[in-house]
Amino acid sequence: MSWRVEVDGATCIGSGMCSAIAEGYFELVDGVSQPVRTEVEPTDDVVDAAESCPVEAVIVRDADSGRKLAPEH
Amino acid sequence: MTTIDPTPRTYPFSAPDRLRLDPFYAELRKQEPVSRVRLPYGETAWLATRYSDVRTVFADPRFSRAESAERDEPRARPTQQRTGILTMDPPEHTRLRKLVAKAFTARRVEQLRPRAQRIADDLVGRMRRKGAPLDLVEEFALPLPITVICELLGVPYEDRDDFRVWSDAFLSTSKLSEQQVEDYVAQMRAYMAELVEQRRARPEDDLLSGLIQARDEQDKLSETELLDLAVGLLVAGHETTATQIPNFVYVLLTHPAELEWLRNSPERVPEAVEELMRFVPLGVNAAFPRYALEDVELGGVLIRAGEPVLASLASANRDEEVFERPEELNLARGSNAHIGFGHGPHHCLGAQLARMELQVALGTLLGEFADLRLGVAEQDVSWKTGMLVRGPRRLPVAWGAD
Repeated sequence: MSWRVEVDGATCIGSGMCSAIAEGYFELVDGVSQPVRTEVEPTDDVVDAAESCPVEAVIVRDADSGRKLAPEH
Repeated sequence: MTTIDPTPRTYPFSAPDRLRLDPFYAELRKQEPVSRVRLPYGETAWLATRYSDVRTVFADPRFSRAESAERDEPRARPTQQRTGILTMDPPEHTRLRKLVAKAFTARRVEQLRPRAQRIADDLVGRMRRKGAPLDLVEEFALPLPITVICELLGVPYEDRDDFRVWSDAFLSTSKLSEQQVEDYVAQMRAYMAELVEQRRARPEDDLLSGLIQARDEQDKLSETELLDLAVGLLVAGHETTATQIPNFVYVLLTHPAELEWLRNSPERVPEAVEELMRFVPLGVNAAFPRYALEDVELGGVLIRAGEPVLASLASANRDEEVFERPEELNLARGSNAHIGFGHGPHHCLGAQLARMELQVALGTLLGEFADLRLGVAEQDVSWKTGMLVRGPRRLPVAWGAD
């Protein structure tokens, strides 16, 4: 099982919360966050990043089913 | 371009009147969405009132909070806070916020719900034993969030009478004198410094110990930042929720049709909490101005580099471009993009915790008291004055046969 990490570049405000919380999983490019790899092994860090994004621009999905895992709201 | 009245208006436009939002905001949204205002203290400012402009001010990195620390910030209180997480921009702000963010994610907060529910159940049990009428603020609204934040942060609940008094210093506009504000802030910091030393000697499984570890073992923050953060969490962690619980109950008790609907649909409490967050203007006025770091066009006017902009959350939450019949409380509104918790990097860290506590509070009170009502006439409810937030000072409630 693996997860898919998405960042909505239009929503992202470049706060850097995701790259700070899940080091190595996100990078800021010209003030907008991008996942370093879109498919990742399940890890709490990316869920925390998605749930800590102040504008909910980070979404974590199950790679197979596409089901949204985070954020919850 | 909109025509701007060059003479700044006195702001806030009127003294707070219960939870009523001054209708002048609606006029400004239509006629002059970004206007000039003068607050009791600090520089003349711009005021944004439309939803889209308010979001821009809060989220666009061209608008800075850090800059305010260097300036005479437009504000409603004599003292100006120049340190702490609220006067920082990313990436400095991110460095501090990430240290505590994980403790406040939806998932982490869900784990606290059973404990919050037990606290709420105990409180309503005690209310029943004491009998009606009684003050909801003292008996329920304060102890619930204070207990939760104390346990989460690692602050002894027995000390609440002290830090409750000191907390007012962070939210007072004219309730306290400048001297009192200075004294209470100093006492709060001294109290927290002592607590930090205790935890440093004997760490426990709480957020304060975690922050100390981040400081001592990983050098992630300075001692001043640690103290500011801990004090900020304690104050923000209870004052706002403790004020919103009676605000929400007051709104429900004065909107009987909406209350009836909620009583018949208890599973929709979470949705009701979102609509109440939109509807209740907790802040007396727009606060925490952002400074333009370069020239920015906003709502048809040019904000020059170095000028401060205030953005009204309460006005944004009543924007008719975004919300249908925005002046009406509609608990069944459904999709609700309110920004009652703010927006952007400073979006309320404790939003999920507040949501959970507010849901538990309303669910428990409505479940326990089938005929909850005001214990005094509506016009006799006494409201806070001289504070940054609106809320009943006391909210007498009754139930059962009088």
